[in-house]
Order: sequence, then C-alpha cells, then structure tokens
Amino acid sequence: MNALSRLFAKTPEPVLAVEQAALRSDRFRLEREGDWKRLEAIVVRMEKGRLSRLSDEDILALPVLYRTVASSLAIARETSLDAATLAYLDSLAQRAWFLVYGPRVGLWGWLRRFLGGDWGRAVRGIGPDIAIALAVMVAGAVVGWLLVAHDPEWYAALIPEGLADARRPGADAATLRGTLYGDDGQAGLAVFAAALFSNNAQVAILAFALGFAFALPSLLLLVHNMAGLGAMLWLFDRAGLLPDLVAWLMVHGTTELFAILLAGAAGIHVGRALAFPGEAAMLDAAAIAGRRAAQVMTGVVLMLIVAAMLEGFFRQLVQDPVGRFAIGSFMLVFWIGYLFAWRRGASGDAA
Amino acid sequence: MSAARTAKPSRPVLDTVRRRRTVVTPEGIALDFTVASRSSRAGALLIDLMIVALAMLLTTLLLIFLLFGTLQVGDGAFDQKNAAGRVLQGFAALWIVAMFLFRNAYFLFFELRPRGATPGKRMAGIRIAARDGAQLTAEAVIARNLVRDIELFLPAVFFAQASQGGGDTGVATFAALAWLLVFLAIPLAGRDRLRAGDIIAGSWVVEAPRAKLATLLATGTALRDGTSAITGARFRFSEAELAVYGEYELQTLERVLRDGRGENLVAVTEAICRKIGWEPGRGDERAFLEAYYAQLRARLEKGMRFGKRKADKHAGEG
Repeated sequence: MNALSRLFAKTPEPVLAVEQAALRSDRFRLEREGDWKRLEAIVVRMEKGRLSRLSDEDILALPVLYRTVASSLAIARETSLDAATLAYLDSLAQRAWFLVYGPRVGLWGWLRRFLGGDWGRAVRGIGPDIAIALAVMVAGAVVGWLLVAHDPEWYAALIPEGLADARRPGADAATLRGTLYGDDGQAGLAVFAAALFSNNAQVAILAFALGFAFALPSLLLLVHNMAGLGAMLWLFDRAGLLPDLVAWLMVHGTTELFAILLAGAAGIHVGRALAFPGEAAMLDAAAIAGRRAAQVMTGVVLMLIVAAMLEGFFRQLVQDPVGRFAIGSFMLVFWIGYLFAWRRGASGDAA
Repeated sequence: MSAARTAKPSRPVLDTVRRRRTVVTPEGIALDFTVASRSSRAGALLIDLMIVALAMLLTTLLLIFLLFGTLQVGDGAFDQKNAAGRVLQGFAALWIVAMFLFRNAYFLFFELRPRGATPGKRMAGIRIAARDGAQLTAEAVIARNLVRDIELFLPAVFFAQASQGGGDTGVATFAALAWLLVFLAIPLAGRDRLRAGDIIAGSWVVEAPRAKLATLLATGTALRDGTSAITGARFRFSEAELAVYGEYELQTLERVLRDGRGENLVAVTEAICRKIGWEPGRGDERAFLEAYYAQLRARLEKGMRFGKRKADKHAGEG
C-alpha cells in the first residue's frame, strides 16, 4: 500500500487554531500555558536581579505559580509524552525552585539578623569546641614558654625571622622596650592596619578550613601560633617587661586572639562532625556543622577588622600601659558580653 | 522516571542519565537535577580565576597609574608624613583590602545573588543549590567558599613563598601538587562530585536548566485525518502499524520533527515505512511523520492512562 499514491482530491483545510489540539495532553498544556509563561517572565526578571521592577503582585504570585507549575509537571509526567514540554516544565520548575529557596535575604537583611543574635547563637552552639581550642591555645603558650626557657635555641624555631626583628634572646631591655613604645618606624598606620587584617584573616580562614582534615591541622596551627606567643612572653619576662608586653598585646590581642580562638573552634567543630557524625549521616552532620561554623567565621572576619584598627591605630596612639590595658580589657568584656551574655529572645536560643 | 531514558542511549545521553538526581522539595515535589559535569566545573573555575587575576592586575595597575602618573610621587615618599606620603599610604591600604576582597569575596558576592552562580559558572551553565532541596542559606555559601581557600589558594601560596624565599622550590612544588591532587580527588571520587567545600556547606553544583517552551507538534489536522497540505495524501495508521514503536522511538521522532532537517525526514520516513510495510512515497514526508507522531503519541498516552507503558520497540506493553 503506497501512502502517497492514495491521492484524494480534497482541498487542504486552513491551519487550525491551537485550541483545537486533538491530544488530551496538548489540551492540558494549552489550558495552563498562560500560568507557565507568567512564571517564566517573573523568573527571568528575578534572575537578572531586577527585583525592584517586580510588582508586589508578582512577588506574591511567585510561590503560588511555582506550585502550579510543579503540579503541572507531576501531571505531565504521568500523562504526556511530549518531551519538549516536559523538558520545559522541568527546567521552569527548577528555576522557580532556585528562586523560592535561593539565598534571597539581601546582604543587609542577613547582616542585621546576624548581628542581632544569630552570631552569638552560632558561637554558643560551638561551646565545647571553644573550650577545646582554648585549652589547646593555653597549652601551646605554656609549651612555647617552657621550650624557650629550657633552651633559647628554640626561639628561632618558634618565631619567624621577619617577625622577630629586634626581639631576640640576648637583646637588652632598652631595645625590647623600644619595640613596645614609640612609633616603631611604622610606615602609615592605615597600611599597617590593612596588612595586619589581611594577614590575620587569612590565618583565621586557614585555621577554619583545615578543620576539614578532621581538625588536626587546626589544632597544630593553634599550638604553633601560641607557642610563638609563649616564647615572646618568656623573652620579655626575662627583661622584666612582662606587664608592658601584656598591655601592648592586649590592645588588639584580646580581640585578635579571641577571633583566632573562634576560628580554630569553628574548624574543630567541622572536623568533629566529620569524624564523629553521631546519629546523622556524615554528609548531613558535616553540612549542619559547616553552616554554623560559617556564621562564626563571618564574625571572626569582622573581629579581625576591629583588631586591625586597634593594632594599627590605637596601639600607636596610646603609649601608656594602663591605657592599653584598659582598652584591651574593655574589648574582652565587650566580646564576651555580646557573644555569650546578650541573648535576644531567650526562646530562640534552642538552635 | 521514564523507562525510555534507559532505552539504549548513546554515551553522552548515558552520562547525563548517570548525573541525574531526583530531589524531593519540602512541598513534596520531585525535581530532577543534573549534577554539573567535571569539565563544566573546571571550565567555570578557570574562567573565574582568570577574572579574579585580571581584576587584581587591573586594580594594581590603576592604583600605580593614579599614583605615579598624577601625583608625581618619587622614591622614599612612603615614609614621609606629608600629603603625598599620606595619599600613598592610603592607596597602599586600599590595595591590600582590595586584594583580600578579590581573593575571598568574589565567589561569595556572585553566589549569594539570585542566580547562585559566578560569571564563570553562568557561562558554563551551572549553579549551586542546596543538596536537600531546602533553602540555600547564606551560611552555606560562605562555608563552601571559605574552604576554597585551602583547596586552591593554599598550595599556590606554598609555592609562591618557597620561590620568593629562595627555598627549595622542588619540594614546595611537589607538596603543593600533592595537596591539590588530594582535594581534586574528592570531587572526582564522590558520586555527586562534591568538593570539600560542598561537603561542609551541604551544597552541590548542578546544571542550570534553560528550556524554551516549544511549539505544539501534534495539532488538529495531523491527528484527526492525517492530511498532507502539499500532496493531499491521507495518513491513517492501524493499531498494528502503531504498535511496533514505543516511547523511545516517539521521542526520537519528536527530535527529528523539531530539527526539521529534510534529509533526516526522508531517512526516518523510509525507516518507518519499511518497518510497518508501507511503500515510502515522495513529496510530503513531514505530513507523514507528523501524522505518525500524533497517532503514535495518542496511542501511547492512552496506554499511559491505563497504566500501560511501552519503553521502546523491543519492549512489550507493560
């Protein structure tokens, strides 16, 4: 039977309106196409970041239309074999989902919530890890002190050449005193502050990120940094300058060391979740710990900005040990009060 | 998930099937995500790194140009307490902060926006999403990007410090490479290609779908009486003639019709005619195929409503 040999002298019909689609699944599509197209238009505008051009109506319609399209998709999967329509619905439902569940809180909204209590909650959430990190840091400082007290050769190993400068074993008290007071020949306070911040923030990020390797490198990093501090404390103690050094350190140190403590604790938190996930699946435990740690880390970066300002400006401007001591103590009390004591809505603290 | 997808697909299709994951959203809707391929992720990363490097270079050059071109600052101005020294110091501070931001905030800034993708990812057609189908939080984006620091930048810093300090470059290069390989192995090994940062954040990188709503293929004429507008021929197929094919062949036919390339239409017409015992004529292959498509689809969709599906020509009605 030749298909084309069966010619019928029949005039071709005019193009039929799409409303007359013969397949049930096509009629289903035509009835809902309007909603799909409307959602697509909203999605496209939102993806381009033009939120301000969306009317309130459209913003309210987004979740409703998203559900409509998602249910269209579910029905189409069961009733339609039109692959192009299925692909379109699949893609549209996903794009809308990305927006409905995407990071929609603007940076400012997020920051406000963050400073308004989320940060403190995250910090309190890693309490045990802070205790571990604190213990490790204290131990590191003690070990550094003891090592150098035992054999001053260790000093060179603990303090990098560039940092040591005039502060080395055998330096007389006057030289050491000179490193604590006076201008230090520092070029530009702003440059100094910016460089300090950049450097410290990178170290803090490292301490956090190394937590991924089951926290061990984070611990080693904390020990190493604190051992250097211990060695320096020993050196100045021998010159009878311990209180002056402590005051000098405290100006920014209470903020900076606190930040490094939190960064190390955040790393330990993640490492612990990976090593001992407990009841939850390893990936879920890691994700929960990771998000909490990320909040802590955002705070750490903010603290390091403050620390750099204190170190870059205030330490140079305030040359009196009592004044320095006062600033440092105030900052310490402030951070502890803000992060641990101040709670907004006690009920919201469960997380 | 339709059985047609597993019907004996070619290699790229097979790869896409392997990368597909169904996630149930909080409303109970099943969404099919396709995990981004390794090559598109690598490509996206390279583009982003190039943009970051370029931005760093341009910022540096711009600051230098502004300083030495317009202010006429000479050597030794850095330590001076005069106006030029102050400006120079301000610029230096600005430079340090800018470099820090490029390194740490570039990825964050773009991934926190509604598109959830850096320019490199956007070009590669991929984006990040939450693995559990729930909200992608700002914390997750921050977590995945902080970890990037040890995955990528730490080995680079290793290497730079060793080569600057006149240290043993060989050993440093080796260490940096080993480090890189360990962190590259994590996404290569895992099923969902998660890198360390994704594991911590509960995120993953998926293809950003983009499909236009195509026109309807099976409209009135083609199905109801299968008439060709050109030759006037009528195509009506019997149950037996439609029963030879399944969903896989229907989708192939749909692709051929949507491509609309003449030689394919002829070849497919001949193949179908051979199969169902028709004599392939010449003239209006499109009308023939549209009629066959519409009637086959009508038949298969009717079967679906009764819970019967036929995946491909080899399958029985199930």
